[in-house]
Amino acid sequence: MTAIEILGLEKTYSVGFWRKKPKCALKPLHLRVEEGEIFGFLGPNGAGKTTTLKLLMGLVFPTAGSARILGMEVDDPRMKAQIGFLPEQPYFYDYLTARELLNYYGQLSGVASKERAHKIDEVLQRVGLPEVGGVQLRKFSKGMLQRVGIAQAILHDPKLVFFDEPMSGLDPMGRREVRDLMEQLKQEGKTVFFSTHILSDAEALCDRVAIIHKGELRGVGAVADLTSSVHGKVEIVWQGTTVPSSLRALGAECHVTGDTVRAVLSEANQDSAIEALRRERLRLISVIPVRTSLEDYFVQKLQPSEAVAGVRS
Amino acid sequence: MTGRIVHIASNTFREAVRDRVLYNLIAFALLMSGAAILVGQISIEIERLVVINLGLTAVSLFGTVIAIFIGIGLVSKEIERRTLYTVLSRPVRRWEFIVGKFFGLAGTLVVNAFFMAIGVFGALLYVSRHFQRADSWVLVALYFIILEFLIITALALLFSSFSSPLLSAVFAFALFVIGSFAEDLRGFAAMTHGLMRWLATGAAYLVPNFSALNVISSVAHQQAVSRELILYNTAYALIYATMALCGAVLIFEHRNLK
Amino acid sequence: MRPSPRITITFVLLLVLCMIGSVVFLRRLDRVRTGATLEEVLYISSPQVLKRMSLGYDGLLADIYWTRAVQYFGGKLHNRERRFDLLAPLLEITTTLDPHLLVAYEYGANFMSPKPPDGAGMPKRAIELEEFGIRNNPDQWRLYYNEGFIYYMDLKDYAGAAEAFARGSQVPNAHPYLKMLAGQMAEHAGDVQMARAIWSTTYQTTQDKSVRDNAAAHLRAIKVDEDVTALEALVARYREQTGLLPLSFSDLERAGMLRGIPVDPLGNPYRLMFDGRVEVFNPDDLPFIEKGTPPGYVAPPPKLLSSD
Repeated sequence: MTAIEILGLEKTYSVGFWRKKPKCALKPLHLRVEEGEIFGFLGPNGAGKTTTLKLLMGLVFPTAGSARILGMEVDDPRMKAQIGFLPEQPYFYDYLTARELLNYYGQLSGVASKERAHKIDEVLQRVGLPEVGGVQLRKFSKGMLQRVGIAQAILHDPKLVFFDEPMSGLDPMGRREVRDLMEQLKQEGKTVFFSTHILSDAEALCDRVAIIHKGELRGVGAVADLTSSVHGKVEIVWQGTTVPSSLRALGAECHVTGDTVRAVLSEANQDSAIEALRRERLRLISVIPVRTSLEDYFVQKLQPSEAVAGVRS
Repeated sequence: MTGRIVHIASNTFREAVRDRVLYNLIAFALLMSGAAILVGQISIEIERLVVINLGLTAVSLFGTVIAIFIGIGLVSKEIERRTLYTVLSRPVRRWEFIVGKFFGLAGTLVVNAFFMAIGVFGALLYVSRHFQRADSWVLVALYFIILEFLIITALALLFSSFSSPLLSAVFAFALFVIGSFAEDLRGFAAMTHGLMRWLATGAAYLVPNFSALNVISSVAHQQAVSRELILYNTAYALIYATMALCGAVLIFEHRNLK
Repeated sequence: MRPSPRITITFVLLLVLCMIGSVVFLRRLDRVRTGATLEEVLYISSPQVLKRMSLGYDGLLADIYWTRAVQYFGGKLHNRERRFDLLAPLLEITTTLDPHLLVAYEYGANFMSPKPPDGAGMPKRAIELEEFGIRNNPDQWRLYYNEGFIYYMDLKDYAGAAEAFARGSQVPNAHPYLKMLAGQMAEHAGDVQMARAIWSTTYQTTQDKSVRDNAAAHLRAIKVDEDVTALEALVARYREQTGLLPLSFSDLERAGMLRGIPVDPLGNPYRLMFDGRVEVFNPDDLPFIEKGTPPGYVAPPPKLLSSD
């Protein structure tokens, strides 16, 4: 079943006070997220990730297009009882304690009062804040607030969670924990939709990702499929202190360290490069294919439009 | 639906209490006891008059200030701090949020007024040693003051739903002043002609009319308040507050929460 | 993904209903508390205290009190009440707050001086008001004129009137009529001619439409009173001569006593009644007339303010 279905969602804001200028935040977006997957929504800052999430949460109204979540309209309260949402850099009522806040949210989400206390304990444990339930949120650090934010998003046992930049403000340990938590959610059969600009997180976690830039979808698919489409590279290492000019002609990036040289070049030129080294009678140490990261794909997807935009402006 | 409104209302109340809003009661208590002691020493006949006038005016002013200064932030602060996002992504309708906020602040004001009323009656007892039958009209005056709070709260909430806190405060305060002179505004309107008259009359009916809700002076003079006045004032205040709330809901329902 | 139309429609409907409801109840409130505000307002009846309490916004407050005075007077007049207890304090507060609010003196005199039901019947207070105005605005000749007017019309104090007109005529730019009025006062005091001269002066020198309308109504009333007196005298003469009452004005015409059917200042023919009295066509159109009305006639309230 489809968890999220986005059909041509589009958002144009008017900016300026007197002379309204349209500013396109999101170009028509089509996207399907299946139930049970971890879906990464990637893009640099200001790409339109948060706008998309706000549209899905019914916080802003689209200029055109529509979306359905769990098969229901985005303003359907029945659907909203089954989703969780962590906004970007969350901020909560700081006069409340963590426990009071979660209790309030539990009430709003319709968690029965009998279960509430138990669920709050459980969720505080889960996000690693078991001891600070009675502390007012104004005393919380940024990372702790982020954890509270995650807690409130999963408190009512939602089928589908939306996380906007869930790793921001967390230390490396915290990131690891959140990653594990997302894996657990997936194992529990929940769908996770999260946005991030940190690629390694997405690469490690996601079943599928979508890449968005300047309000436009640039690619969507499984991480492996996306990365395989990028031309591969190899790393060739040999003994020596000089780089033969024939190798440079192949477009190799070379680094000399001590008495070894490391060159990275495209897979297609691998044979010619080895040939050239042989001709120079240099001692080959290793030839290793470089694993293409999502980052390469990302860079490749972002660059063309950057160039186009440069010409336009 | 009602459950969620109650939860939002009680959270709003809790916020006001934790923001030390009720501290104003200390200032009020000092004012009342000071006044009672002072008047008790200078005059015999007008002491009740002064205590009632001063007490009720203070209840009204303190409450109005609280209503405006909390009311204007009720919605805009939640948008600015993005606390609204986690509320509206739950099964909460936007109108439920507005209505809940309204009842939360109204409840705060009622509790606040209740404590201040105790202060007024305490001071009254101090200066005149015993209560009189006519003192029950002071309760009616307090009831009218609370009705006034409902209108001001709804208006502050209305402005808060589309404007910045500072502008909202200016608007709400301006309407409070205009509303106190609304009857004279209708008088002005009756003296103009043609299109101006239509516009002025329309404006005079649209702004809140507080004149009828202010019976402080007549109560201080121990005059009775007619039953019809109580009835019509109640109806008017509830209807007007509902009207302002509807406006707030309509604006908020259509708003993009950037 | 638009805002829910159902919610929008519900709240728009509720909003409209509430708007209607608020107007309805506001009108009911007004009915319950006519005059209540004013009595309440006058708990602070000292103009000096009010001036201090207005925190420097005394001009605005004066305008507000002026409105209240007009509303109060208009309301009482409309209900044909004979007591106008709060009028004087309201006008005093108004003029103390803003001593240069000339309209308050002008209308104030008109409101306070005439006998009920046309006014409050307080010519002495009206004179005090004008004197206060003169002290604060000695260059305004109309204030002297108003004072003389009150002395003449309501107090029948012709010496006082003559003095007021004379003082007024000394003011630079005073209207030349004032000198004339002061001069004629001694000679013609109490004449219809004098009354006519004074009302004509008012009519010709005022800028204000309602004051002018009022003066015109008075001038018409003087004319009607004169006409009716003259016509009834003719009827009496006819009866002396013929021993019969005329059946119509045509009888008088045939007897050579009249030329044509006489008409009132509004152009309507006078009516000759069977008992020999003369009546105007419609007394409601001719306020202030003292003659030519049916027996037991009660005049409707005069329209002093054109907006009423």
